[in-house]
Amino acid sequence: MSVAHRVTGTGLYLGTVLIAAWLVAAASGPAAFDTAQWIAGSILGRLVLFLYSFSLMHHMVGGLRHFVWDMGKGYEPQTRMAMAKFTLVISAALTILIWVVVLATR
Amino acid sequence: MQSNSSMRTPLGRVRGLGSAKSGTGHFWLQRLTAVANLILTVIFVFIVVALVGKPYPAAIALLSHPLVAILMLLFILSACIHMRLGMQVIIEDYVHEEGMKILAVMANTFFAIAVGAASVYAVLKLSFGG
Repeated sequence: MSVAHRVTGTGLYLGTVLIAAWLVAAASGPAAFDTAQWIAGSILGRLVLFLYSFSLMHHMVGGLRHFVWDMGKGYEPQTRMAMAKFTLVISAALTILIWVVVLATR
Repeated sequence: MQSNSSMRTPLGRVRGLGSAKSGTGHFWLQRLTAVANLILTVIFVFIVVALVGKPYPAAIALLSHPLVAILMLLFILSACIHMRLGMQVIIEDYVHEEGMKILAVMANTFFAIAVGAASVYAVLKLSFGG
């Protein structure tokens, strides 16, 4: 799961280019913004956004474990397994929640 | 047993060492920005979700709201520092050739600053430039 933290971190790292591009498009005017919104709303755009939102939630919840470890706790095998499962379940639930809200307010 | 014949104290020698060559500073800043990101990421998600389906004028009105703009700027700053430190650890773990490592760490810093600068510019232009 430490590798997962690195994989999601790297994905988020590369994805900041897209966030920066989206912000610059918004600052450039209606035409550029509409293009950015169209790309984001396309099937590929939505797939990238879905993976990005899951990576963000997974990295965020997974990061909580690092705070626990930094405090010198949670190193027992059972605790580590429980926290790994917790990370997966909670981050998946948060991602689904985000997308339910997105699809409901669209 | 290591001798302590130099004028520097043991603490002074330890500071500035470590794989990141910046010792505890790297570790601490990584945790500090992680805590900040925890709060700011939740806010960022709320902002992005609020923007879904909004036409241009409404989206700009939201993004240029002072509170939203300030939180976005804080998120950009904290995220860019955090991701630069995180990627540096990955580079130091996987790139072993010294020259390549230095180049990769430099490129990583340039990337984080470029992404941060572009994002900050955009948010400020939305706020002040119209």
